[in-house]
Amino acid sequence: MSRIILNLLIIKLLLIFSPYAFSQGEHASQQEFSAKDMIMHHIADAYDWHFFDYHKSDSTVVHVSLPLPVILLTEGHLDIFLSSEFHHGEHQVVRGDRVYRLVDGHIQEANGKKVIDLSFTKNVTSMFIACIILVSIFLSVAKDYQQRAGQAPRGLQAFIEPIVLFIRDDVIIPNVGEKKYKIYLPYLMTLFFFIWINNLLGLIPTGANASGNIAFTFTLAAFTAIITNVSGTKDYWKHIFAMPGVPKPMLLIMIPVELIGILTKPFALMIRLFANITAGHIVILCLVSFIFIFKNVLLGLPVGLVVIAITFLELFVAALQAYIFTLLSSLFIGLAVEEHEHHAAHH
Amino acid sequence: MELVTPSVGLIFWTTLFFLIVLFLLKKYAWKVILDSVDQRNKSIEEALQAAERARQEVRQLQARSEELLQEARAEREKILREARATANRLIAEAQEKATAEAEQLIKQAQETIRNEKSAALTELKNQVATLSLELTEKILRHQLSNRQAHEELIKQYMNDLKVN
Repeated sequence: MSRIILNLLIIKLLLIFSPYAFSQGEHASQQEFSAKDMIMHHIADAYDWHFFDYHKSDSTVVHVSLPLPVILLTEGHLDIFLSSEFHHGEHQVVRGDRVYRLVDGHIQEANGKKVIDLSFTKNVTSMFIACIILVSIFLSVAKDYQQRAGQAPRGLQAFIEPIVLFIRDDVIIPNVGEKKYKIYLPYLMTLFFFIWINNLLGLIPTGANASGNIAFTFTLAAFTAIITNVSGTKDYWKHIFAMPGVPKPMLLIMIPVELIGILTKPFALMIRLFANITAGHIVILCLVSFIFIFKNVLLGLPVGLVVIAITFLELFVAALQAYIFTLLSSLFIGLAVEEHEHHAAHH
Repeated sequence: MELVTPSVGLIFWTTLFFLIVLFLLKKYAWKVILDSVDQRNKSIEEALQAAERARQEVRQLQARSEELLQEARAEREKILREARATANRLIAEAQEKATAEAEQLIKQAQETIRNEKSAALTELKNQVATLSLELTEKILRHQLSNRQAHEELIKQYMNDLKVN
């Protein structure tokens, strides 16, 4: 664990101290502190990775942030430029006949053209780092297994092995079933670690909120929904369209209910992960906001202690939510692939 | 509302990243890791079973050797007992035989002694008789000449007799 965090810190330090990383804008600071704006700013996605602001002696504010690539698809034209070209919304970016403006953290086209925004945002960057960490951890662990075949696990291998075995033996196999679990194991195993590592990266101060973003959870929930319905057996569909043991007229009610159920399952997955992770961020940010609302440095001590406690809780929640997402995905897939031999016993 | 509206860009990148990670881990990690773990578990189980079998074999061997030892001990006892019996028997027989032979020798010796004795006695009797006869003859002859000479002669013969 400490190695992961260390790696991450090194990556961040590299980013912070690289001379190209700075995009400095100067603003007059006449705004009052607003906890809501600050929190919303922190949990929302952004086109640059904002680290901190500082006030210069002439009371202008300097934003220190890492500009990220903006990728826009406008009527067949692909426009790619760094977010620093916006100068924090003060400038507009012109590419051919397309004029882009940054309004309230969103990119708009001045002439009302339809823009598909595929920018490499802060959340995407965080996810990218998470993927690199994830892949490097598991490739190195896999290499350890090949090099030290038959020997006791050691180092990172010894940390990863019980988790992998727990997910396989206590989450995937009991829910998906011994017969078919091998097909779904790579997906579910990747899902768990992908969510977990993204949750953890989100906990690092100044970090992004990738796994607390609805688009992230939507995508993963959609994966589970697609896999569940694609691998649904005859019995699964029979349960939806002709629930056994239910009188025919009742099916008029049951079929819509079951069809809605197909959607509510992934919807619950999406909302649960989004709400838990975002809520955790909001709680921590709220607590920190107290210091600025009351303008009292002494408040830093109790708030700091509580924030530390909540952060530990969030560390637990990070693993827990990854576990729950994987568990429920396994359960849904398991229900879809199950071969019902005893209908009576099942209900 | 913005918070709960998924953005197309992030969906795109999440899908892309997730699929890449899924592909890489599926190809290079999960199979290797889980196969190795299963294989290791299997080999550990087999090793434990082999150890258990070996332990049982050792136990059987020990039991067998114990049995053999017991048998050998019994055999030794038996052999010793038999040897002792044989020795005793031989000694007894030898003693018996010796005793019998000694008795027989003694008996023969006694017999011989008795025979010699009777033979000696017979001869003695015969000689005494002969001597007596000769004496008588001589006495009778001398009696006729003189008395003195007669006595002398008797004395002389008597002396002769004594010498004998």
